[in-house]
Amino acid sequence: MAFYVVQFLTGLASAASLFLVASGLSIIFGVTRIVNFAHGAFYMIGAYIAFTLTERLSGAFGFWAAIVMAAFAVALIGVIVEMVLLRRIYHAPELFQLLATFGLTLMVEDLVVLIWGPDDLVGRRAPGFKGAIDFFGQNIPSYDLFLIVLSPVVLGILWLLFQRTRWGVLVRAATQDRDMVAALGVNQKWLFTSVFAVGVFLAALGGALQIPRDAVHHAMDLRIIVEVFVVVVIGGLGSIVGAFVAAVLVSELNAFGILIFPKISIILVFLVMAAVLIVRPWGLFGRPEAPARKTPGLTVNPWRPLTSNERLAALVALVIAATLPLFAGNYALTVGSEIAIFVIFAVSLHFLMSVGGLASFGHAAYFGLGAYGVAFLAKMAGLPMIVCLLLGPLLGCMGAAVFGFFAVQLSGVYFAMLTLAFAQIVWSIAFQWVSVTGGDNGILGVWPSSWAASPSHFYWLALGVAALVTIALRAMVFSPFGYALRATRDSLLRTEAVGINAKRIQWTAFVIAGTTAGIGGALFAYLKGSVFPDNLGISLSVDALVMVLLGGVETVSGGVIGAIVYKALNIWLVSQTDLSKLVLGGFIVLIVVVFPKGIVGMLEMLAQRRRKASPPGSPLLAKPIESAE
Amino acid sequence: MSLAPPLLAVEGLTKSYGGIHAVRGVSFSLRAGEILALIGPNGAGKSTCFDMLNGQNRPDTGHVRLLGEETTGRKPREIWRMGVGRTFQITATFATMTVRENVQVALISHGKQLFNLWGSAPNFDRGEAGRLLELVGMGGYADRPCGELAYGDLKRLELAVALANQPKLLLMDEPTAGMAPRERVDLMRLTAQIAREKSIGVLFTEHDMDVVFEHADRIIVLNRGTLIAEGSPAEVRANPQVQAVYLGEGLLYDAEHREGASA
Repeated sequence: MAFYVVQFLTGLASAASLFLVASGLSIIFGVTRIVNFAHGAFYMIGAYIAFTLTERLSGAFGFWAAIVMAAFAVALIGVIVEMVLLRRIYHAPELFQLLATFGLTLMVEDLVVLIWGPDDLVGRRAPGFKGAIDFFGQNIPSYDLFLIVLSPVVLGILWLLFQRTRWGVLVRAATQDRDMVAALGVNQKWLFTSVFAVGVFLAALGGALQIPRDAVHHAMDLRIIVEVFVVVVIGGLGSIVGAFVAAVLVSELNAFGILIFPKISIILVFLVMAAVLIVRPWGLFGRPEAPARKTPGLTVNPWRPLTSNERLAALVALVIAATLPLFAGNYALTVGSEIAIFVIFAVSLHFLMSVGGLASFGHAAYFGLGAYGVAFLAKMAGLPMIVCLLLGPLLGCMGAAVFGFFAVQLSGVYFAMLTLAFAQIVWSIAFQWVSVTGGDNGILGVWPSSWAASPSHFYWLALGVAALVTIALRAMVFSPFGYALRATRDSLLRTEAVGINAKRIQWTAFVIAGTTAGIGGALFAYLKGSVFPDNLGISLSVDALVMVLLGGVETVSGGVIGAIVYKALNIWLVSQTDLSKLVLGGFIVLIVVVFPKGIVGMLEMLAQRRRKASPPGSPLLAKPIESAE
Repeated sequence: MSLAPPLLAVEGLTKSYGGIHAVRGVSFSLRAGEILALIGPNGAGKSTCFDMLNGQNRPDTGHVRLLGEETTGRKPREIWRMGVGRTFQITATFATMTVRENVQVALISHGKQLFNLWGSAPNFDRGEAGRLLELVGMGGYADRPCGELAYGDLKRLELAVALANQPKLLLMDEPTAGMAPRERVDLMRLTAQIAREKSIGVLFTEHDMDVVFEHADRIIVLNRGTLIAEGSPAEVRANPQVQAVYLGEGLLYDAEHREGASA
């Protein structure tokens, strides 16, 4: 019995940091409507700075002063980020805000390694809370008891701040209707900045308070952000009480999940999240989001199928690509195959994102599932390559069918958070379930059959599949289903009013995209000869997003161009620098801020500008209505 | 009187929120080809009533029947499949698609081709889409991106989309809200003409009394959730209760009253 009580208390103690970070995220979202993906990064910087300061400042006072100073220092960094970056993108589409803050996260990951080195850092114990308390023969660290008391105290302080101060009233008002608050003459700029600072302060405090419990390392940002997303999805984005309750719930599920499913403890959290989503899609304490004031799209450029000339040009490009083995060496062919595979991956996400308006932040899950599907079939069942290639992607298909069902119940930022959380769950399973997946060691020796073994043959295979997949998905954009999917993206109200079951359309699109990504993953497993958890990791998901964004979200063929340019650049970049995340992150931020239309979008705009040199009368001027009599 | 069920029969519709009765025991019916206006001051329960007809909202008690078939408790998309077209107070269209594509989406849905992955959508029922657009005077706009249209044109596009499943009944929530006076008259004339030609029943809510009295065959008046009057425009105009609701509690009365009091 005592053991379970201690386990319960450990769970409560872990909830403290989770609650601090999640409440910060919720407060920022409430006012600015930005889901700050970089929140985990601020948490991590908080931990690193606190580590450095606690090492410098001695004594009990020095320790606690260091913790608070670290939080303030990070809040200051937050203010700078808000003023320099976020102010430029408050009016950008949601996806771009998510991506910009994600880019920031990537940059921070490399920066902390640059400053503090790649090794785990073990911090000082907290003065006054070094020992443990004996509880019927079980030890409870006294620092845990401190954390257990701390989170309700912080909740109380936040409550007072929001209920009893003028600033709190403004924040609550802005959460309900920020345009109205601005119309009443409140300086919105500083309100947003101060809210962001408070949110970042909470995240950094959460990180700083963690150092006596856990080592500080450079991957802690992603770990916490995924848990925080799960917390806000369960608790309801924008609710601080929800963040508190859900943080406790998730931490307890983790604490007891380890006892029930030691290998795949994360399953329990997933099941609870799924149940909450079915019963209350907006979280336990959240409110259904009023349909956001539609952000005007970047362009209203109607899509059309390729003309016969353009088809010919695409065919010529394909033929030229197919001649690569005639003059290129083996390394170039392997790079070529990889690019072809990433074209498949990118167009599959592009279909979901551009046509369906569903920005998945965890698309690599289905790519990786396809790869694992092949590895299982090839290594365990010993099936021949052609069978594996056909059946392997079905694992991606099944994963997309299960997760997609839940994901399409939500939209916008919730959809993004949920797909990311799902991907992380799949990653954890691949990582933890060592007996089946090989864990970190992966599955080795997945080699192609002899007919596809030579680099040139494999290249032709990958190129052929990429061409087929691209053609098929493009045909689908202009199929009746594609129209219906675009319709769900543009107006849910209208789709329902013309008899369309939008969720089912979106679910189908999710499964199509997931299966297609699985095809890419299946080929990838054979290209590399092995499968690792990284094949479904977050950085691969981000790669896919950047490829789509680079090519142009609002174009039909952006995925292809984006994949080719990005992958070529990426392979070159990795060979040139160790700081690829820093460069990549900076690149993402740059695209979002100065180059939001992507390559294909820019080309289209230039072409259109040339065409519009002599406008045939403004389309905005309505023709007088003919009398109907 | 024939024994066939009316196009739309509403019986004892009731909805309350907490202790507030938004709609109480509302009953009326609508014949094919008839244009019926639902009017009433703000807060009378028009929107609640409308939402219960189109499936957005479920009544506490009462029934809605379309040609004798129960629609209560069905989803909006199911009610659409039973032959009910809709337009919204604030237009809802597919902004990144062209005008023709907007109509084609409705036609694809009507033809149950939503999950057709391989057909050609640009050529889907192009003729019918063109005819619908001609019908509402939008034939020349077919290839325009919908996001570029003026508001009055969006309203006409919505009408074309609503007609795509050859509806028996059109539900129009404040069809002329936000339009210029000239456009209002044209849109309602067009609607009335189409309704009579195709024998479609039209139920609309409206604040503009000129539009209501000119185009409605019959008017029903809601006040505080109950039906207080029903009849031809002339009858409703002459109804003292309606006058009391629209004028009696209005500014005009108050102003006179206050002047009288101060004098």
